[in-house]
Amino acid sequence: MKYESQKIAYAYFAVAMALFAIQVIGGLLAGLIYVFPNFLSELLPFNIVRMLHTNSLIVWLILGFFGAAYFLIPEESEREIHSPKLAYLQLIILVVGTLGVVVTYVFNLFEGNWLLGKEGREFLEQPKWVKAGIVVAALIFLYNVSMTVLKGKKTAITNILLLGLWGLALLFLFAFYNPGNLALDKQYWWYVVHLWVEGVWELIMASILAYLMLKLTGVDREIVEKWLYVIVAAALFSGILGTGHHYYWIGTPAYWQWIGSIFSSLEVIPFFAMMAFAFVMVWKGRRDHPNKAALLWSLGCATLAFFGAGVWGFLHTLHGVNYYTHGTQITAAHGHLAFYGAYVCLNLAIFSYAMPILKNRDPYNQVLNMGSFWLMTSGMVFMTFVLTFGGTVQTHMQRVVGDYFMDVQDQIAIFYWMRLGSGIVVVLGALLFIYSIWVPRKEMVEPGPIERDRLENDPDHVAAES
Amino acid sequence: MSDASLIDELPGELLMWVLIISELLVFGAGMVAFMGVRLTDPAGFAEAQSHLHRTGAAFNTAVLVTSGYLAAQALQWRQVARRGVARLALIGAAFLGVVFLVIKGVEYADKAAQGISYESHPFFLFYYLLTGFHAAHVLAGVGILLLVTWRDDPRNIEAGAQFWHMVDLVWIMLFPVVYLLG
Repeated sequence: MKYESQKIAYAYFAVAMALFAIQVIGGLLAGLIYVFPNFLSELLPFNIVRMLHTNSLIVWLILGFFGAAYFLIPEESEREIHSPKLAYLQLIILVVGTLGVVVTYVFNLFEGNWLLGKEGREFLEQPKWVKAGIVVAALIFLYNVSMTVLKGKKTAITNILLLGLWGLALLFLFAFYNPGNLALDKQYWWYVVHLWVEGVWELIMASILAYLMLKLTGVDREIVEKWLYVIVAAALFSGILGTGHHYYWIGTPAYWQWIGSIFSSLEVIPFFAMMAFAFVMVWKGRRDHPNKAALLWSLGCATLAFFGAGVWGFLHTLHGVNYYTHGTQITAAHGHLAFYGAYVCLNLAIFSYAMPILKNRDPYNQVLNMGSFWLMTSGMVFMTFVLTFGGTVQTHMQRVVGDYFMDVQDQIAIFYWMRLGSGIVVVLGALLFIYSIWVPRKEMVEPGPIERDRLENDPDHVAAES
Repeated sequence: MSDASLIDELPGELLMWVLIISELLVFGAGMVAFMGVRLTDPAGFAEAQSHLHRTGAAFNTAVLVTSGYLAAQALQWRQVARRGVARLALIGAAFLGVVFLVIKGVEYADKAAQGISYESHPFFLFYYLLTGFHAAHVLAGVGILLLVTWRDDPRNIEAGAQFWHMVDLVWIMLFPVVYLLG
């Protein structure tokens, strides 16, 4: 750790991992309710469990992004974070907001209250005071990191990261705009969710991945930056109008069906480019970095994001297909692998890279961490297949044959059982990951011959070729 | 340094090439979709197409190609340090872009007067999507041409001309597919 203020990331990552545990346990509960429909139906109904599962996912991912920014910006811009105090204040606001959300969802104390009550919109259920708190926290964050970057060295990685984080915060403002017209409500609603995950979050993803590649493979910064710009251009070109694939059936004009189909099909390209980028960098890189776990998560991130977001997204993005598959388990399959691949793995990659440095025990044996990668990933991939098959059967029975929704649900129960099984594996993997980050400390790893040679002769060497 | 140097040998800005390829993919996909949907109703598409102004569109093709020629010449002139002539050529190219938009505007106004909108027939949905999206690019291109007239570094002019040729190329594909093929 070169800069003292990088330590801020430690607190962010800790809270993020705690919420990660809550998120996957919430997912497990939701999976249980699918097979035992009355389980917890009085205490914690399905809609609340689902809210906790999705909201905590978003919050811990964003906390991870904030932590990643606090970790990598000092190194990139070569100076301390402008104000560590503000950074901790920001975290406190976010934690209080998160606790407020959980209490509001579970106990529903202020039903209908303008300021304190939960707002009904899916994924944007947070009460208004929490939304305002999120905006304040985001402003503090943007002020803090922008001041740091403005005073320090500007690199492509920090520029793109800041662009993504500014976009994230500005687009969240649409959470406050709730028109009475349901079609318009949905139209702006996607500005938050879609323009995040298929727009500005991709910028955050590409820049964090680029930082990891720079550190882990030692490829020239110039080459990394060239890839970064191409990926970002492709992401914004396809992602913004690609939002149209949410506008097929919400009452917007029919031309969205073609705009959405064409542009969202191109969203595969940036994800493919990110996968190619990660593998080409590792292939070209000469650095034998001891943190194999971080490299595994980075490559896993790029690969699973391509399949989850790219391939599984394309699977049902054309409006002719989506007419049948809309809102079936196909969507759930895509949602799970896309979020896991693109954003969960990304966060776990930066945690795996940064935590040993922050805890001052780098390098050390990360076999448990890598085991958790394979456990979580196999569980998640199996879940994706199961939901895809279940969704295909559901699409046929419900949308083609015209059977009743609940009759179809009974018919595909076997898939929900298998999904529960794969969910248990994912939860075990997640807990193993958290354990492997926090607990073991004894076994240190000696650097291999190539890395030893580099450390002895040329510790600052980053060029992989020439 | 194998593939990296290949990219380095590309003339002009790499990001402009990324944009151009992306645009060609979008327009290409749009035209394929258009021709695919036309197969479902050839007679209806032919009837709808008969409402278009072929002469106006043919004239517009000539306007845009001439404009592209001027943009290409501007770069040549700028490279031999004839800055004044290069700037005039760029302004001429931008002016022809405006002429294109005016003729297109007259065509749109005439359609509107006939009560034709994007909802009248699937043909017109694609007509408005494809030509409207293209016209938006012409408008952006005029802005870019004026920008590189002001900031007339040869690299800038090259990037502007690259974009403008893409707009040209798209129209040359749109014109036969939308106006002529029946």
